[in-house]
Amino acid sequence: MPDLEELYREIILDHYRSPRNRGELPTPPAHRVEGFNPLCGDEVVLSLEVVDGTLRDIKVAGSGCSISQSSGSLMSAAVKGKSITEVRELVAVFKAMMSVHEASLSDDDRTTGTEDPPTEPEPVDLASLGELAALQGVVKFPVRIKCATLSWNALVQGLDELAKAS
Amino acid sequence: MTPVPEPLDAEVIRKDFPLLAQRVHDRPIVYLDSASSSLQPRPVLAAMERYYESTHANVHRGVYATAEEATALYEGARRKVGRFIGAPDPRHEVIFTKNATEALNLVVNSWGRANLKRGDVVVLTEMEHHSNLVPWLALAQNVGIELRYLPVDGQGRLDLCDLDRILDGASAVSVSAMSNVLGTINPVPLITEAAHRHGAITVVDGAQSVPHLVTDVAALGADFLAFSAHKMLGPTGIGVLWGRRELLDAMPPFLGGGGMILDVTLERFTPAEAPWRFEAGTPPIAEAVGLAAAVDYLDAVGMEQIVTHERALTAYALTAIGDRLGEVCRVFGPPVGGDRAGVLSLDYRDVHAHDVAQVLDQFGVCVRPGHHCAKPLMSRLGVSATARASIDIYNDDSDIDTLIEGLTHVGTVFG
Ligand SMILES: Cc1ncc(COP(=O)(O)O)c(C=O)c1O
Repeated sequence: MPDLEELYREIILDHYRSPRNRGELPTPPAHRVEGFNPLCGDEVVLSLEVVDGTLRDIKVAGSGCSISQSSGSLMSAAVKGKSITEVRELVAVFKAMMSVHEASLSDDDRTTGTEDPPTEPEPVDLASLGELAALQGVVKFPVRIKCATLSWNALVQGLDELAKAS
Repeated sequence: MTPVPEPLDAEVIRKDFPLLAQRVHDRPIVYLDSASSSLQPRPVLAAMERYYESTHANVHRGVYATAEEATALYEGARRKVGRFIGAPDPRHEVIFTKNATEALNLVVNSWGRANLKRGDVVVLTEMEHHSNLVPWLALAQNVGIELRYLPVDGQGRLDLCDLDRILDGASAVSVSAMSNVLGTINPVPLITEAAHRHGAITVVDGAQSVPHLVTDVAALGADFLAFSAHKMLGPTGIGVLWGRRELLDAMPPFLGGGGMILDVTLERFTPAEAPWRFEAGTPPIAEAVGLAAAVDYLDAVGMEQIVTHERALTAYALTAIGDRLGEVCRVFGPPVGGDRAGVLSLDYRDVHAHDVAQVLDQFGVCVRPGHHCAKPLMSRLGVSATARASIDIYNDDSDIDTLIEGLTHVGTVFG
């Protein structure tokens, strides 16, 4: 079943079975943000610890399908320790990988209050995504794109809230 | 004398459903999502097409021949549906709505608002679909009624030990006749009998039961019964509220507009009598024609035959899943028996329902992952989602075998 293998790549299953950075951080000092997909009940809770413009620590809690949970785990591993600028760049590249299809779904996108302006799909530098590129197979399954972007939307929301607060 | 229908032959029946000829991912479709929405047989599709090609006109308005005929077809559908559920006065007691959800909202907003005040008690169950929960919750928020719930036990049945205490002082009881998550067939007559003893009116959500069981409103002890055409081989866009005539006659309109009035001035309006009082605007005429054809189809196959077929297939499925996948796969709801219908909510070890459904899709198997619009019940069961396979008249053993083949592959992918 080639389609299934493309969706459920080994890296994804690995992060689903042994999620990285699992748990929560005490708030404060950490900032807590939730993402929720009412369609399927996927839930993600991020704890973000930002110090001097750097995402010093991140923890991921919640429950849901393999795609939403592995995406959260992959994301946490990719952004931990990076500067906020780098994190936002990575978010942009990741969402570009997903965005063509997400845009067509965004009418009923109630997972977060943030709406991305429609952008022309740019060629995505998959190499810069590292392990995250494993999630590329998801775009073939439009219903699942929201699962993959759930924790990323929550991350952006959390960073926006922190930016506003400071 | 009506001829006794033959035992149901799924192989013959399947030929009547064009959608079953579809292939997905290069495999024949295995449709196991009828609890969500059923498929339509050719006679239903043909009746609707014929209506649009030869008859279509607005109802209750024109005097020309086709308008008369459209009205006759629409009112004929009303009587047919009424007879199908044993309504004593089909002409006056069957209201066409958009779906079961709107039918339940009609009861809550018309009967409820006219008859309930702060502190009045309405009894529901923990297994209700959101459509028989949210309208009541809204009334609780707006008017201050008190909601009580009949609990669900460990096997997925209603726990009626405290029935009399819970019903004490209640004004209304609203229960699903069959769970869309657990497949439990609830003992509605027992509950409605007790409810009436306590002076409460009874509302029955028949969205799942009417398509799969013999329905008789008197035997159910219902004062209101709500259901949807699209779950009983009919089209989307039409549902039914049946209500006892005395109750309907005393109820205020739900929506206002054309068709539901006797007289209108610039100062006031006088509503028409039931059921037209509750049918504001141009109704779903073609859909009523389709629903009538669906009722004819179900009658021709025979509801008793349908019960027998689906019960046997449910037993086959529960046994096969237990034997082949018992270690990894749980099915919620009561075991095989008289109160168990063909809705199978699956919990596959630690694999999320979405992933289960995704793998099954590759086998052409259509099941529904999610909370099935029954979030309180899901938390009661301790899961956030299940993968639900549901059985209808066109399903057979081979569908269950493919389901099991797919479920086995879930283990391969997520092993
Ligand atoms: C038990 C039950 N009640 C009510 C409904 C609502 O039906 P509809 O969506 O057609 O209004 C459903 C269907 O999902 C159901 O299963």
